[in-house]
Amino acid sequence: MTLLGQFSLWLALYAAIWGASVAFFGRWRERPELAATATRSTYGVAAALVVAALCLWKGLFAHDFNIEYVAQYTARNLPDAYVFAAFWAGQKGSLLFWASILSIFGAIAQTVTSKRHAELLPYVAAITNLVVAFFIITMLFSANPFERLPYTPEDGRGLNPQLQNPGMTIHPPMLYLGYISITIPFAFAMAALFSRRLDTGWIHAMRKWTILSWLFLSAGITLGMWWAYIELGWGGYWAWDPVENASLLPWLTMTAFLHSVMIQEKRGMLKRWNVGLIVASFLLSIFGTFITRSGIIASVHSFAQGTVGYFFLAFLILVAVVSFTVLYVRWPLLEPEARLESMASREAAFLFNNLALVGIAFSVLWGTLFPIISEAVRGTKITVGPPFFNRVNIPLALMLVALTGIGPLIAWRKASVQNLRRQFVIPVASGITVAVVLLGLGIRDIYALTAWSLAGFVVGTVTQEFGRGVRARHRMHGEPVPVALGRLVSRNRRRYGGYIVHVGFITYIAAFAGMAFKVTQEVTLGAGESAEIRSPFGHTYRLTHLGVSQYDQLNRFVSAASLEVRKDGVRIGRINSEKRQHRDSFGRNTFEPSTEVGIRSGLREDLYVVFAGSVNGTDRATYAITINPLVMWVWIGAGILIVGGLITMWPGGAVVGPGRRREAQAGYEAPLVGAGTAG
Amino acid sequence: MKPGTKFLIGALVIVAGVSGLIVTGVQETGVYFLTPTQLVSRTTSDPTFHDVGIKVGAKVVPGSVKRDQAARTIDFRVTDGANEFPVTYTGIVPDTFTDASNIEVIVSGKYGRDGVFHATEVLAKCGSRYEAELGKSRKA
Repeated sequence: MTLLGQFSLWLALYAAIWGASVAFFGRWRERPELAATATRSTYGVAAALVVAALCLWKGLFAHDFNIEYVAQYTARNLPDAYVFAAFWAGQKGSLLFWASILSIFGAIAQTVTSKRHAELLPYVAAITNLVVAFFIITMLFSANPFERLPYTPEDGRGLNPQLQNPGMTIHPPMLYLGYISITIPFAFAMAALFSRRLDTGWIHAMRKWTILSWLFLSAGITLGMWWAYIELGWGGYWAWDPVENASLLPWLTMTAFLHSVMIQEKRGMLKRWNVGLIVASFLLSIFGTFITRSGIIASVHSFAQGTVGYFFLAFLILVAVVSFTVLYVRWPLLEPEARLESMASREAAFLFNNLALVGIAFSVLWGTLFPIISEAVRGTKITVGPPFFNRVNIPLALMLVALTGIGPLIAWRKASVQNLRRQFVIPVASGITVAVVLLGLGIRDIYALTAWSLAGFVVGTVTQEFGRGVRARHRMHGEPVPVALGRLVSRNRRRYGGYIVHVGFITYIAAFAGMAFKVTQEVTLGAGESAEIRSPFGHTYRLTHLGVSQYDQLNRFVSAASLEVRKDGVRIGRINSEKRQHRDSFGRNTFEPSTEVGIRSGLREDLYVVFAGSVNGTDRATYAITINPLVMWVWIGAGILIVGGLITMWPGGAVVGPGRRREAQAGYEAPLVGAGTAG
Repeated sequence: MKPGTKFLIGALVIVAGVSGLIVTGVQETGVYFLTPTQLVSRTTSDPTFHDVGIKVGAKVVPGSVKRDQAARTIDFRVTDGANEFPVTYTGIVPDTFTDASNIEVIVSGKYGRDGVFHATEVLAKCGSRYEAELGKSRKA
């Protein structure tokens, strides 16, 4: 199996390099018939890599511990689901996952892209092939998943217990899918630059890929938060850990792109900036993989150091140099077609939105790399943590929330005073109402207050947009309200899907603000003893320690501590937290003990209990008890955001001919409410 | 004034604001990350360094870990081979902090004039594993 896997990797490498060479050669010598070869090469690469991936899975499920990777990450008693997921648990497998998925995406891009953009496709094939080739080279020369050991261990090491969690089976692939799919827009951007076809064609050709990749990133990041929350047991979901930061970076630049690209479609501005954002997103996605996989920065997730880091560094530099050189060469062809006409315009709102997003991205990157930068410049390593990130990013994030509400209200080009008055009254009133109510409730935390009031403003904006749209349809076509709502959304998917995404986004922000009111307490309790904790919503929880029980379960020995929970005097149930000692099939301990957190979730607050250990093996137990307000809304926000995102990219709708490309930039067929045309 | 110029001014204000936040943020929240040897030489040459919050990356001296589960206090010694000093911490240490030999830790806190490092956070990195992982402790 490893032989076949190994062979497939080489085969894929040759096919990838062959395809890329043919594509460039064909364009250079004006031999269009070679384009088909370039396209076909992507299918070959994908097929070979799928075979390689299946070989690794075969090895994992066959418990072939002679394969180093299988021995490192699985054991005989590891549940099947985790054997499956062990594919991406380690560095080598993740690289194979990256390469395989990218090759599949590359092949799909060749198939689904409309023939109108056929001229771009050979270059797209070349770029995706070259990126795949980089990953294969890294595997073959530095981190080969098919490497065999000189001996065969009787059992494998097993999977790290913290990775034995349902979230872990989908969080890494989701995030990788996000990282990986950014390559496709990057390939289109490069293809447009190489082929000088710099109209909005390339943007239309890859628009859905940008949304897809943004959705995967959003889902991947949120799943990571969920995993950290239920598995790491420190009572939160975001710690500004380097790897978390690395996943946020491309998300920020992609979000910026999704907005600024609308200005290019609508007004022909920001062409250079947009190419720059795509290149930056791609670099950051490689950087994210690099940080996760190189161990250059100490983090919860980072892997042991190896030569892989150098491969990534070299690739990052190469990509940056090549992309920006090509961008520089094509600079004159990317002349903007219009200028900013007024500060009170949607363009200006989008520009500020981009500034805020890129500002956040820059500060996060800076903070993440600061230990390295300071060591290189000043000779002393200085680290920055959550206080730094919160201080810099909270103001920027609040500005972003405000713009989320403002953007949709302002007309393109230049808004009139009348337009502004008509548009802003309801949303602003909604924001102020929220602020007054919260002040009345005694909330004085300035950031939380601002965040929630701005969220009220955004909700006002979105509601008003939906309300006016539905009313207009209702009046013009006589449709009943639900029908009007359905048609409104399905006829303007990008616009109204986008609004739903905005609601998802502010739901996150509102939930994050809730963490300002987190309460935590550490206690040591004997059996029958109780502790009390008061929640920010005014509830009193009384937790009574019931004792510690110990038993064997699956592949582990468990010490479980139970608490009986009374909320305001009413018994609401039990909460368990476990210490687990994982064992291999011979009963020997593997890994350090791990903690299983006990969580009682609610819409308002989560009761979060960590069993930190028993006192000298007795029934006395030490607990960390935390009340985390509004955490549920993070997951709800994710759901809303994903639904909105799916609506914007749902296939179908009006077929756009090249002649009317300008007007048809999805969503803008509808008369702009507030632009003076809606009635 | 042209709208382009106006936007440029607005952009510069934002860029300046962000830069300001980053610079002061680093100055006020940045924490030195030192080895025990660097820390000892720093504090000998400049005693005020005892009052500065720092992070130290070092190895736990095998067999030096003393736990008091009831008081949630843990005492241990750290070393980088050349210099060694005791650390005391009250709170819950992460799962990755074990009594096994050669575990690496990152401790945050102050190196007191009493020669004891008073930690407010302990992160443990386990050398016995394929993946160098860090566990996170809650703030005390």
